[in-house]
Amino acid sequence: MPHSTAPPLKGGGLWRRTYAMLLKEFIQLRRDRISFAMIVMIPLVQLLVFGYAINTTPRNLPTAVLLQEHTDLGRSILAAMKNTRYFKVTQLPRTEAEVDHLLASGTVLFAVEIPAGFERAVRRGDNPSLLVIADATDPVASGSAVSALGPLVQSALSHDRDVMASSITTPFNVEIHARYNPAGTTQLNIVPGLVGTILTMTMLIFTALSVTREIERGTMESLLAMPISPFEIMLGKIIPYIVVGFVQAALIIGIGIALFDVPIFGSLLLLAVLSTLFIATNLSIGYTFSTVAQNQLQAIQMSFMFFLPNILLSGFMFPFSGMPQWAQWVGECLPLTHYLRIVRAIMLKGSTLPDLRYDTIALFVLMLVAMTIAVTRFRRTLD
Amino acid sequence: MNVQTGVAPASDIVIDVEHLTKTFDGRAVVRDLSMQVRRGMIYGFLGPNGSGKTTTIRMLCGLLTPDSGRGTCLGYDIRTQARQIKRHVGYMTQRFSLYEDLSVRENLEFIARIYGIPRPVQAARDAIARLGLAGRGNQLARELSGGWKQRLALSACTLPSPQLLLLDEPTAGVDPKARRDFWNEIHGLAAEGLTVLVSTHYMDEAERCHEIAYIAYGNLLATGTVDEVITAAHLTTYTLTSRDSAMMTRLTDELAHAPGVDMVAPFGNSLHVASRDAAALERALAPYRQQPGIDVAKASASLEDVFIDLMSRAQDNFQ
Repeated sequence: MPHSTAPPLKGGGLWRRTYAMLLKEFIQLRRDRISFAMIVMIPLVQLLVFGYAINTTPRNLPTAVLLQEHTDLGRSILAAMKNTRYFKVTQLPRTEAEVDHLLASGTVLFAVEIPAGFERAVRRGDNPSLLVIADATDPVASGSAVSALGPLVQSALSHDRDVMASSITTPFNVEIHARYNPAGTTQLNIVPGLVGTILTMTMLIFTALSVTREIERGTMESLLAMPISPFEIMLGKIIPYIVVGFVQAALIIGIGIALFDVPIFGSLLLLAVLSTLFIATNLSIGYTFSTVAQNQLQAIQMSFMFFLPNILLSGFMFPFSGMPQWAQWVGECLPLTHYLRIVRAIMLKGSTLPDLRYDTIALFVLMLVAMTIAVTRFRRTLD
Repeated sequence: MNVQTGVAPASDIVIDVEHLTKTFDGRAVVRDLSMQVRRGMIYGFLGPNGSGKTTTIRMLCGLLTPDSGRGTCLGYDIRTQARQIKRHVGYMTQRFSLYEDLSVRENLEFIARIYGIPRPVQAARDAIARLGLAGRGNQLARELSGGWKQRLALSACTLPSPQLLLLDEPTAGVDPKARRDFWNEIHGLAAEGLTVLVSTHYMDEAERCHEIAYIAYGNLLATGTVDEVITAAHLTTYTLTSRDSAMMTRLTDELAHAPGVDMVAPFGNSLHVASRDAAALERALAPYRQQPGIDVAKASASLEDVFIDLMSRAQDNFQ
């Protein structure tokens, strides 16, 4: 056996080496101004953009009105529509073909058709139909306006005593055709959704770069020649960003409460604990990419390839229940899907851990799978 | 110093490897390499670019697994005990591999913590003082000059008190003064009982080693002290001197094609001509001895002559 001149290895080596690693990562992060700015700016900009610039209850939507007859009833319906401030009549087409064209070209988002003999049919109690066509390619844009149409009918007719007297129920139908995308989404949950999306994006990118950066800068060779295990390296690289992710989540929720009065009905502690789990899951996945990618560019590409389905299939953009079965299965494998359910349920519904046990377990499993792949994939040697 | 001692105690052999072979994509980078390095040696590792020096060093410290062959480093098996080897070996990579965005102090503290050195902050401070960088500990590593980077890297390697240093071209791109300082430090470390294996391209550095090994195209071609390597090459060397540069050009061309001449290398106004066949070289030079303006003198082969000769022979054999 070789006689050792070096001091013997101290006990508790795992934590000591992990601590050395995470301290190093913290210092490097602190020096990296761009990354540091990213931690604060991404949530801030996204929140302000989603919160202010993107109005989920848009006003003055361009509307075309096709008047097949000119009557008082028709006019009062139109006036009522204008009063809601959702609609702004910009076009007065003459034919249905023209209406179709205006909708298809995007000139208008709504078309209202008052058919010939409408007023007479109402007074006779024939219950005729008032046709409203909505361009629902962007359900967020059209959703609120469509939902405003119901009460509108009542208010329009409240001025017209004859009509109100002649029938107990609504004297005519408002027939709404949602074109291009018959499903609508709810919009109440932008801020909770943003917490998940922003965390996914930033956490993935931070760790996806962590290993490849060391390889590209040549520091990995030294690191591998040191007595530190892949597991310790991974922990050392993940833990600092858990803190970072936590700060981000707090920032988003804080701004959400301060600026947009987003409620938190559930337990803040539960939200914090499960958010930490979600952050760790994303970091593990990013780290796995980092062990697979050859360079930083590839790591970024892989992160984006993973980020896109997260945005599209998690229920952030489109309602989860509206997706076909296969897409739902894919969605179930994405951490954001589970976290969105968790964060929306806690913030908006006040759910508790037992309600969320399925999604919590799913996040945990995803994290363990990613960590296992990362540690086994990690190249202990330069082979 | 007698380097060719027969039987050394087993514990005095720091590196002991046999028949190491490493192949990348079907190309053998190291072929059947066997070597022994004794404790306290400065062992020079020489060879052209791409000859397998770095690959060999990486196999010795557990960064690469050999395809075949066996061996020990500090008594630990290079295949199965990489972790123990890493604890007791200081490896200085060819490219600067400390963190450029960390300060001198932070880099050293990081290493001290990883290796479990007690009181890492103090250990780093002491190392900075020994380096002569006191007062510059908070400077980022990337702001250091090339020479200082090398010295910092060496200091980082020696911080955990290793028993063996593996230095991969540590002085590439460093000015002569810094190189000399660096070598003085290496000799100081060896005097303290540290074993140093250092790869280099520089002949003057090779001559500062206790023992050298020459490797080309993955094959170990010569080992021993500088004198032994030169003697073993059996090179007969002459120097031809002339003030007429046109004549020199003609001479170079003619001698390069003369039978029995293995090496022709111009050095300013003179020409080094070497051959393994002394008689053939005499015959080739005979016509020039009588020519006016040319001075033909017997010379002793330099290490460089030997290496260039070894390299050209290796080329014939392996390419």
